[in-house]
Amino acid sequence: MLGKEEIAKRIAQELQDGWYVNLGIGIPTLVANYIPEGIDVTLQSENGLLGMGPFPKEENIDADLINAGKQTITTMPGSVFFDSSDSFAMIRAGKVQLTVLGAMEVDQSGDIANWKIPGKMVKGMGGAMDLVASAENIIVAMMHTNRAGESKLLKKCSLPLTGVNCVTKVVTNLAVLEVKNGAFHLLERAPGVTVEEIQKATEGELIISGEIPEMKL
Amino acid sequence: MEHQPTLELVQEVELIGHNKKHKMKKVVKNAEEAIAGIESGMTLMLGGFGLCGIPEKCIETLSKKPKITDLTCISNNAGVDDFGLGLLLKNHQIKKMISSYVGENAEFERQMLSGELEVELTPQGTLAEKCRAGGAGIPAFFTPAGYGTEIAEGKETREYKGKMYILEESLVSDYSIVKAWKGDTKGNLIFKATARNFNPVMAMAGTITIAEVEHLVEPGELDPNEIHTPGIFVHRIFEGKNYEKRIEQKTISK
Repeated sequence: MLGKEEIAKRIAQELQDGWYVNLGIGIPTLVANYIPEGIDVTLQSENGLLGMGPFPKEENIDADLINAGKQTITTMPGSVFFDSSDSFAMIRAGKVQLTVLGAMEVDQSGDIANWKIPGKMVKGMGGAMDLVASAENIIVAMMHTNRAGESKLLKKCSLPLTGVNCVTKVVTNLAVLEVKNGAFHLLERAPGVTVEEIQKATEGELIISGEIPEMKL
Repeated sequence: MEHQPTLELVQEVELIGHNKKHKMKKVVKNAEEAIAGIESGMTLMLGGFGLCGIPEKCIETLSKKPKITDLTCISNNAGVDDFGLGLLLKNHQIKKMISSYVGENAEFERQMLSGELEVELTPQGTLAEKCRAGGAGIPAFFTPAGYGTEIAEGKETREYKGKMYILEESLVSDYSIVKAWKGDTKGNLIFKATARNFNPVMAMAGTITIAEVEHLVEPGELDPNEIHTPGIFVHRIFEGKNYEKRIEQKTISK
């Protein structure tokens, strides 16, 4: 089974040279720590920055320089600032090649829910609805099951949706799955996790074809 | 709109320390003068993302006028309990919020769940485009954001080249209040780093736009190549003192 850092590490393997990438809050943010050597990836922060750098040293903190998670950050050589409408122009027009975000639920048709639990929690969608409606590659980073042990990979999402038919891949603590043709296709197992365990933790339709390799981290 | 704000409210104020004959119609002394004319029931746009780039001086001054109530506030976030728009929420000056993310404010959540506060959650990019379009004379636009979700309920949908879109209407405000790094007496503005965020598009969409700036300079001191918001969008401007610029999530690298 993978920890959060290892999920991030596995997702980082999906990155390609020259890509602009938007990383959501939580596990997705950690992906920035594992960008493979020798490839050039530019991180987009939807509050208005391309070329997000690491967190600052204490002496370099700037209240005017934060990421979409409201954390203090730094720029890189070649960074650029822009306003919120330009930021979502590049997102909506598909200039950002990959979006990685967390979810409460994902279903086999690629629908995602991550912004509201009726009667319990309403924090808002922020930029998530714009991101999932537009990016070509949308990878969800999350635990395979919730705290109650119930599957988060469902036949049909039960919570209010963030977007429809949009998730292309899911990386969990148990597996890597592709979402296509109305089903989850098992691509890789986490080290030490069996296909049976993944099947048991997946409520949606799971396609298992041939030998399923173990992830290489 | 019930209240039509007028530009006549702007006083002619002499710029202290500068040519006394040179009257600057846009320059006001302070936040107090800048917000003159804001009345109960009006719609305000307030720039900022989280607490970054919020017009903290005007918000603080509004919070000292508790008789101004029933405001509709368009702002990406709602501040925190004791800073930014949280101050107006605490005073029950806000009737309705139009925002994309409100997760950092306990009082906000309480008022929303109890029904005291009306909240229209709007995807962040749609919110930005609603302001930009409003400021650009465009009444509505199609966006894919929110298609198939409850955001799309009751809205016109249309297919273009095989993809589905929803029709969103643009927004304008009675007063837009923005915060810039530098500004000149003609209202031209330059923002700093990610404190730019919603400020330029909200400046465009104001019937009256108020800019509070850290450094107010004379015309000619800003390089025309580097101005983000042309002064035509700004009606009142003043230099704020002692900005707190509170940080929500201080994160440092070890």
